[in-house]
Amino acid sequence: MLERASGAVAARAASSERASSAEAQPTHLRWAHLQPIGRAALVGLVCLYLGAILIGPLAALGVELAHVGIPAALHALAQPDAISALKMSIELTAISVVVNTVVGTLGALAIVRQRFFGRAVVNALADLPLAISPVMIGLAFVLLLGRDGWLSPLIDRIGLKVVFSFPGLVIATLFVALPYTLREVVYVLEEIGTNEEEAAATLGASAWQIFWRVTLPNIRFGLGYGVLMALARSLGEFGAVLVLGGSISGQTQTATTFIHDAIEERQTAGAYGMAVVLALSSVLLLLGLEWAKRHKKVR
Amino acid sequence: MRIRVENLCKRFGSFAAVDDVSFEVEDGSLVALLGPSGSGKSTLLRILAGLESADSGKVWFDDESATDLHARMRGVGFVFQHYALFRHLTVAQNIGFGLDVRGVSKAAIRKKVNELLSLTGLTGLDQRFPSQLSGGQRQRVALARALAPEPKLLLLDEPFGAVDAKVREELRQWIRRLHDEVGVTSIFVTHDQEEAFAVSDRVIVVHRGRIEQNGTPMEILDNPESEFVARFVGEVNVFPATVRGQTAHSGALEARLRDSAPSGLAHLVIRSYDLKLWREDPGVATVQRVVTFGDRVRVQALVDGAGPIIAQFPRRSSLLKNIEPGCRVQIEVTTARAYPAEASSLYPLAATAT
Repeated sequence: MLERASGAVAARAASSERASSAEAQPTHLRWAHLQPIGRAALVGLVCLYLGAILIGPLAALGVELAHVGIPAALHALAQPDAISALKMSIELTAISVVVNTVVGTLGALAIVRQRFFGRAVVNALADLPLAISPVMIGLAFVLLLGRDGWLSPLIDRIGLKVVFSFPGLVIATLFVALPYTLREVVYVLEEIGTNEEEAAATLGASAWQIFWRVTLPNIRFGLGYGVLMALARSLGEFGAVLVLGGSISGQTQTATTFIHDAIEERQTAGAYGMAVVLALSSVLLLLGLEWAKRHKKVR
Repeated sequence: MRIRVENLCKRFGSFAAVDDVSFEVEDGSLVALLGPSGSGKSTLLRILAGLESADSGKVWFDDESATDLHARMRGVGFVFQHYALFRHLTVAQNIGFGLDVRGVSKAAIRKKVNELLSLTGLTGLDQRFPSQLSGGQRQRVALARALAPEPKLLLLDEPFGAVDAKVREELRQWIRRLHDEVGVTSIFVTHDQEEAFAVSDRVIVVHRGRIEQNGTPMEILDNPESEFVARFVGEVNVFPATVRGQTAHSGALEARLRDSAPSGLAHLVIRSYDLKLWREDPGVATVQRVVTFGDRVRVQALVDGAGPIIAQFPRRSSLLKNIEPGCRVQIEVTTARAYPAEASSLYPLAATAT
């Protein structure tokens, strides 16, 4: 107390000596007071926006589902068409995840660890599915593989039906989900560098041993993150699947095209029910992504 | 194992990283590849390890050609500059890796790992992960890991580069002792001359992908064969000079040469501890700064007509009496070398006396 009081006296004495500089201080102080308000405004705006655009629709979906009634939604989901659509989505996602995990890892290893002619082009092309509208992809595949498509003579000879059938759905899903694993693995491979792999080689490890014992453990969380992203993308794909598959009920209808068709036919119970199923799977995926993100940082 | 390298060349695009290099390393010796960064010494080491392939030339391990041998088959231990420890494996698993991939039994691996843990002073840390170790400890794990498969040749890339000065000094002495104990032929790369001279049996000075000199530390210090070596090793002063017979002149400075050099324009190279200086008026130079560090004193003076010169003395030297900034001094050069100016146009004078 005593010290502070004497300090204040000293400060007053000092301030009387340089009154001019003391005058300049209030504006500075006012600015400092404004900063927390600005910060609060920024945080508030971001939260409001994210709330409106992310949480709002989900909440609306929940409320509407309650309106329709959960028993009605469950009943709609138990119909053969709904079950077949859901099964179709799960199958497509499973195939897409397995294929893209293998292709993504091998592709990333080729792009990052090998030097070959056209490497930069391949690297850039791998991002194409991100840049292009899925509907357009669907259309392009129809032009290529459809009844009068470029490759139709070949496909007819094999006796394979691609458009409006299961293979078409597979192609569409594989295509849109391709970049996710690849990108993540490319990023992690570049980050970890080649030193550990070289060390393993000098210690007598074969290429196979290096991959399983050094490279794969190092990329596992990045790969996991990419796989979950590919999973989410495969499950949610709509445009390409609609154009290439045609959403034939009980045959090429997926969970997403089921929702679309149900809304068209004013089957709200089925639409909301399926939408909530997809939303719940997204929450699980989100938790998985958070977990992978936390671990994938290179130490 | 005896190592022989013949006419090794390696280019990256138009840049010759290794340019016609040949040398031999005796069995059981510890050799330093010394050179500035970008001199090609690391590339040379990587070629020896099989991590890089040479464009031409041959590598012999004893009397067998290793030129086309895969890194995996060479039996060479490599210690990376930043250790390159496997971050997802424990210390014990890291050290045992080279044995594990060869299918050695678990019991034998454990025995060898324990042996190496005690040899490297890492006992008790075997279950730690690399991220939980200090720089010096990581370095020792990297060394233990490289030694586990009992390599015939140990290669170390800037082994002391990434640890702080005090740890570096300890590691240096420890590596020398370890080498004498294990006896494996070792080659290490460094840009630090002190390190090269303190640890190794022989020093190979590398510059611009070529070998400038290959000799014992004493030979390199006392008989630098090129201007590059003379200037790279130790703290040196370089002056443009005129040589006549055994004497070189640069401004007011006169130096008797150790070896006779061709008469004409030359670069005069004088080590900072190869000169004497005492207070004398008129003398040849004016003292600018006197700096003491540890038991050494550095005197910086401006020589009339020649430029700045740096001299080093033991702190208690009687020569230092009355030497202070601003006073005039006389200089006597005890040992000096001159290199013809046209041949040394590669080395600009600007980079002198650091």
